[in-house]
Formats: sequence, C-alpha cells, structure tokens
Amino acid sequence: MRRCLVLLLVAWCTAWCVTWALPAAAQTGSDAAYARLASDSYSDIEAGIAALATSGDPKAGAVLRALAENRLLYRPDDKALAIKDGATVTDARTGAAVGPDGLKPVRVNNRVRRAIDAALGTLNLLAPDAATRRTAADAVFKARDVAALPALDAALARETDASAKRSLQEARAAALLAKPGSPEIDRLAAVDTIQNRGDSEALGILRGLSGDAASSVRDAAARGVSAIETRQALMANVQNAWYGVSLGSVLLLAAIGLAITFGVMGIINMAHGEMVMLGAYTTYLVQELIRQRAPGLFDWSLPIAIPLAFLVAGAVGILIERTVIRHLYGRPLETLLATWGISLILQQAVRSVFGPTNREVGAPSYMSGAFDLFGLSITWGRLWIVVFAMAVFVALNLILKATSFGLKTRAVTQNRRMAAAMGIRTPWIDAFTFGLGSGIAGVAGVALSQIDNVSPNLGQGYIIDSFLVVVFGGVGNLWGTLVAALTLGVANKFLEPYAGAVLGKILLLVFIILFIQKRPRGLFALKGRAVEA
Amino acid sequence: MLLSRIDKPGWIFLGVLALACLVVPALNLMTAPGSALHVPTYAVSLMGKYLAYAILALSLDLVWGYCGILSLGHGAFFALGGYAMGMYLMRQIGPRGVYGNPILPDFMVFLNYKSLPWYWHGFDWFPFAAVMVLLVPGILAFVFGWLAFRSRVTGVYLSIITQAMTFALMLAFFRNDMGLGGNNGLTDFKDILGFNVQAQGTRVALFVLTALALALAYLVARFMTTSAFGKVLIAIRDAESRTRFLGYRTAHYKALAFTVSAMMAGVAGALYVPQVGIINPSEFAPANSIEAVIWVAVGGRGTLVGAALGAVLVNYAKTLLTGAMPDAWLFALGALFVVVTLFLPKGILGTLTERLGSRRAKARLPGPKPGDIPPALAEEGRGS
Repeated sequence: MRRCLVLLLVAWCTAWCVTWALPAAAQTGSDAAYARLASDSYSDIEAGIAALATSGDPKAGAVLRALAENRLLYRPDDKALAIKDGATVTDARTGAAVGPDGLKPVRVNNRVRRAIDAALGTLNLLAPDAATRRTAADAVFKARDVAALPALDAALARETDASAKRSLQEARAAALLAKPGSPEIDRLAAVDTIQNRGDSEALGILRGLSGDAASSVRDAAARGVSAIETRQALMANVQNAWYGVSLGSVLLLAAIGLAITFGVMGIINMAHGEMVMLGAYTTYLVQELIRQRAPGLFDWSLPIAIPLAFLVAGAVGILIERTVIRHLYGRPLETLLATWGISLILQQAVRSVFGPTNREVGAPSYMSGAFDLFGLSITWGRLWIVVFAMAVFVALNLILKATSFGLKTRAVTQNRRMAAAMGIRTPWIDAFTFGLGSGIAGVAGVALSQIDNVSPNLGQGYIIDSFLVVVFGGVGNLWGTLVAALTLGVANKFLEPYAGAVLGKILLLVFIILFIQKRPRGLFALKGRAVEA
Repeated sequence: MLLSRIDKPGWIFLGVLALACLVVPALNLMTAPGSALHVPTYAVSLMGKYLAYAILALSLDLVWGYCGILSLGHGAFFALGGYAMGMYLMRQIGPRGVYGNPILPDFMVFLNYKSLPWYWHGFDWFPFAAVMVLLVPGILAFVFGWLAFRSRVTGVYLSIITQAMTFALMLAFFRNDMGLGGNNGLTDFKDILGFNVQAQGTRVALFVLTALALALAYLVARFMTTSAFGKVLIAIRDAESRTRFLGYRTAHYKALAFTVSAMMAGVAGALYVPQVGIINPSEFAPANSIEAVIWVAVGGRGTLVGAALGAVLVNYAKTLLTGAMPDAWLFALGALFVVVTLFLPKGILGTLTERLGSRRAKARLPGPKPGDIPPALAEEGRGS
C-alpha cells in the first residue's frame, strides 16, 4: 500500500516538474557551470557557484538554495546534478525525475557557503523589489565579490531607484577595488564612492586595499580613511551629546518639581520621588481603562494622563502640606525625616494596591520607532521626552513669572510677613505652591513611565539625583536646574565610554560633592545679604 | 571627677548593660535548651546586632544631637568598619574556601585574580584589621568633614552631600573591580581570633563585647559632650555664626566630632559583621542611614542614652513586625517618622525626662542649671 502511494507521488511529481521545467530545459548556456558544480573539489564548486550566479539561468536560485541546504546531489560518472526534495529526486537541469543510484551530496564548507550567499546576493540584484535589490547590493558590498561585477553592471544599467542605485555603485566600487589589475582611474573613483559612504565597512575596505594598487590610489584611500575617521569621531560626539541631552531632560523632569518645593519653598521633600511614581501609576491606570473601554483612544492615553497625573500628585502634595509639612516650617531637617516617612508610606501603599511587580505602560504609536538624522539614530520616544521636558520647563517659568499666582508665590518666599500684610493668604500660597511642585513631579512621572519600570520603587531611583541637580544648579533658580540637569546628563554620557556607566556616575557624584565645597550655594546662587544662621 | 559627669539615665543605662552582660550569657550557657528561661543562641546574636545598631545610633547622636550635623551617610562609616572586619574574617578562612586557595578568598579565585590586591595585605593580622576599623572610617570622615565644614556647608546641604557620599560608595562597592566581593559582599566566615564564629561561646562573647563597646562609646561620648569641648559643640549647634564670631574655629570642632563619631560607627560595623555573618554593599544604601536617624529621633536626640534606646526599640519592633506582618512594617516605620517629628520632637527619653523634671521642679523650684539648654529651646535660634 505504502509503495503504491510513493509511486503515485513520484509519478505526479515527475509530471508536474516536467511541465514546469520545460522552458528552462531549453536553456543550456549554463552547462559549464553545472559541470563544475558536480565535483568534490571545493574550489571547483566555488567557481561553479560564481559561474552559475552570473549565467542568467532562471533555475540558478533553486540550485544554489538546494546546495546551501545540502540537498544538491551529483553523480561522479556523468557529472549529472540532481535536487533532492523530500523523497523525490529531480534532475537539476531538466527537472525530470531521476533514480537515486550513484548520487552523492555536493560537499559544502564555510568558504563554499560564503560563495553561495554572495551568489544568491548577485541573483537578488535583479529582483523586482527595490528593497531586495538594495539588500543584495549591500551583501555584495560586504563580500567585495569581484565575480559579481558583471551582474552589478547589468543591474546598474537598468536601475531606476535612487537609493538602490547608490548601494549598487558602492558595491561596484568595493568589487573594483578588490579586483586585481583594475585601472587606476576606476579605482580612484571607487575610493571616492566608498569614502562618501563613510561607515565602518567603508573604513575596512579602504584599509584593506589590495597590494597592487597604485600609489595615487593608496594616497586617496589614506585620505579617505582619515576623513571617515574624523567624521566618525564627530558622529560619536554628536551621538553622545544627544544621549546626554536626553538623559539631562530626564534629570530635568525628575528635578524640576523639586526645584519648586525645595528650591523656591525650602522644603526638603524626600517624598518627591513618590510623586513621580504616582504620576507613572496614573498613566498606567489611564492606559488600562482605555484598553478596556476604548482601545481606539490608546494614542491619546498620554495627553489624557498628563492633566490627571498633575491633579493626582498635586492633590496628594496639598494633602501632605496641610497635614504634616505646615507644622514643620523652619525645621528643615525634621521636614526631611517626616517626608521620608511619607515616602515609605506611599511606596508601601502603592505596593499593597498594585503589587510589587512592574506594571506595563505601553508606548503610543508616535513614540515608538526611530528615525535617521544624518547618520544619527534618534528614537521618537527620547525626542518626545526632550521636547516634553522643555515644554514643562517653559510652562513652569511662565506660571512663576507671568501669573498672579506666581507673583504671590515669589512674594511669599521673598518676604512672608510683607506679603501677608499685603493681603496674600500665605498658608494657601504655601499649600498651592507645594501642590504645584508635586503636580509637576506627577507630570514627570507620565514621561518617565515611558522609559523606566513602573514599580513602587520608581521614585527611589530619582530622589538622590534630583536633589543633586537642584543643589548643583543653585537653590531657588529654575534656570540653574536646567543648566545643571543638562550638564550632568551630557557629562555622564561623555564619561561613560571611558569610565563605564557605574564609575562615571561615581565620578560625577564625587565631582558634585567637591563642587559644593567650592560653591556651597550651587552654580547660580541667589545673591543677597542674608548670612546663613 | 569623671564619674560625676554621668547623669542618672546614664547610670541606669550602664547598669542595664552590665546586667545584660551577666544575665544573657548565663541564661544562654547555663540553662538547658528546653527550659523556660533559656535564651537561644540566635537570640543572643540578635541582641548583639541591636547593640551594634545602638552604637551606630549613639555615634549619630553625638554629631546630630550635640553638633547639629545631620549626617545621612553614617551607614557608610558603619559599612566601612564592617568591611574592614569582613576582610579580616575572609583572610581567616584560609584554604577552607570552596576553591581551597590558601591566600585568595573564593570570589577572587572565581574572578581570576592572580594575586591579592594591595589593600588586602595585612588584614590577616587582627591588630591591623582592628586599627583599620577605626582608621578607614575616621580618615574618610576627617577628609570629608574637613572639606565640608571648612567651606561652611551646613544644614540640608550637608545632609544631601553625605547622602551622595554613601550612595557613591554603594555604587563603588557593587562593582566587582573593587576587589571586595561586588554584589555578594564578604561572607562564609569561619574563625575569629581562632574561635569558630558559629560556636555558641563565640556568639556569647561577641554579644558581651558589643555591650562593653556600647558602654565605652557611651562614656566617650558623654565625656566629650560634658567637657568644655562639648560646650562649644552645643554652642555650634545652637548658633554657629555667633560661636565663630566669638573666636572658635567651628570647622575644627565639627571635623573632630564628626571623625570620632565615624570611628564609633566603624566599630559598630565591625562588631555587627561577625554576628550577622555577612557584609555586602546594600549596607551603604542611603535608606539605611536615614533609618539610623529615626532611631535617634525616636529615642531622643541629644540624650545619648535615648539614641541607644531608640535603636534597640525600633529594631525590636522591626523584627516583630516583619515576622508577623511584613507588609505593615513600612507603614509603621513611615508613620513612626511622621509621628515622632510631629508629636515627639524630643523623642521618648527627652519627653520622659522633661515630664519628670517639670514635676520635680514644681516640688522644689530650683533654677535651671547653667549650660543645661534643652534642645527645644536651642532649636529656635538655629532653625534646623
């Protein structure tokens, strides 16, 4: 019964293959290539692969893939090639079914495998899809495949897509440089093309220039190498600076609320980090609600969460101010202890309600992915956070400088009794200023939920950094906070390559400790005649 | 007369310590394990741990209660002392480690160290390690304090940079390149001075030693604070500028008090490590240092005895609560911070002595002794 089935299958396959392969069988220009493949010498096989790739044979792809998967068989007697596909064996040239007698697999080693990859790449150079062509050209570029030159020329002649054309030209230049004895003028042009590419691959090609190159070509290559190196060093610095700005805006977000509560009001709010955490959990709740009720609004979850986080954290802040902190004005160290206690309570409360594990906060579509800016990869999420941090900074400055509430806040912090005499309700201003600082921390939490784990410990990680940023920048000065955050962020990222992430951070901490010795009131201290107690 | 400097709570405190030195070993060693009076060995070590914390609290009270320096980095000095002791204990393991290397501790073999890093030399000799327990925290505190006090970094700023200091040290000790065990710290101790660390007798001896060290630390702190030097410290706490204008070099006084306090904290750490059997970088965590501050606040700052009392009480409560209701501990600790600062600014001991004092004052009506400024009164001038 089983034999019957196999026979039937073979018969069917044969019929199918014959009809399918008929036009191909007519083409015999690649016979030489097939003959070389049917060998047990690796170098013959390699040559056969290259010959097949440029032969234009439509079956070449199938044969090469079969070879890569160890499904290509040959018969040493008559140099026949066959492809095994499951139980069936068909002739590679004609597609006719053949018996398995005397067939053995064509051997493959790593060199052959590389040759196969390059050859498949060559085949793809003529693919209808522009992206496939570009990938194939890049593969040839990396392999510096001299054998692909005719294929490249053919592909270039009919290429219309601009970016694919550039890739093809680069691949051709790489192949030209690698080809022994190509003319000097071609090589100079090739060096130029490769230099314009400007990445590490290009650097590798220019450095590994073949020995027979003329001195003019070698000089050009050396110039190209130094040009690329300069460019790469510059790019690395720009990249570092961008990462630094990105880290700096995270620090700014975390610290800016503290710049109000600590900087303007002088309250040591150790529960500041927990306000950030509350903001992050508000984002989580908003997203959960949207996921359940209105999945279509998901992209709006962050804009919705921002005012809510402000309100939640702000309300908690006002509550803390009214119940605890107002009894401790004038005793900053006691405030420190009490707010630390509050931070423990808030942490444990969140842990009891939401559990100790990380909660997942998703990224809306406009925050995921990255784009390329002059070779600099910039993720949208980071870009938005930088923009958002700056927006929060500007908004806070406007509130303090351009609203009546801000005016009253500044009046109260500068001269409480005079402000009270002018009819300002100082206790309310205290409460709302503290609420503002806490609310801003909550808004920061919305942004930080995108880049950090939303867990009860979220705030703990930022509290020391935030205090250092505010102290470094100078108390009572929002611009100082901005400068300090960006300075520390950029310095951290520039130290990292040399010192490593942890040591870099330690160095910065030591630097700040020493800096405070030198300027105990920070970078931009408020000038005044008040002597410390 | 030196002894006359010890006040009534001090005598009670020393009496309780002496009693503990006698009763706890007796109840542990001389009673049968099943008997109702028996104190199990683990409990002896637990009490020893509390007493080590009490030394830390005492050292913190010396600078915060008497000099107005709120250090949020005293855990660093404690941990440094602990590491010095830990290094000694590591060297005592000798060839008994998992890898059997007679010189290198296990983690170094694991990390492919070829030879002992230079700063590990000498730690196989106990007197050297004992000196380092004092010197390492002392030197760090002196350099740090001298720089900070000379540039008049005070109050909140000082608190923040001490916190940054312990945070930086924590990050540093977490690195494997530090050659101090990285993440895992130092553990798996075998012997101390030839005695097995796990043995019952050693544990009792360590407890007694810790109690004696606490008594000694109390005496040192008491004599310092009641001397002329201590009067200047209190003056600095209450009105630093005024003291400076009177001609005292306040930075020197503060640096000295800070250094002595750090050395005490180092001793506390060194006694703590053999009793708990491990020292790792999490001892540097800023939260630990802040927790030590609350012990002092609960007991009563500026009372010395109160600090030790607070450390023991809070840690006993922690042991009870984390065992019974783990979730409730942070709520309780947090509430403790808030309640103590709001309603018990003088702590338990401060409030008690004040109550007793005012009752007696009503009976006899003597004038307040000169120099006996209650901390609360002094607070108003300082605002910290």
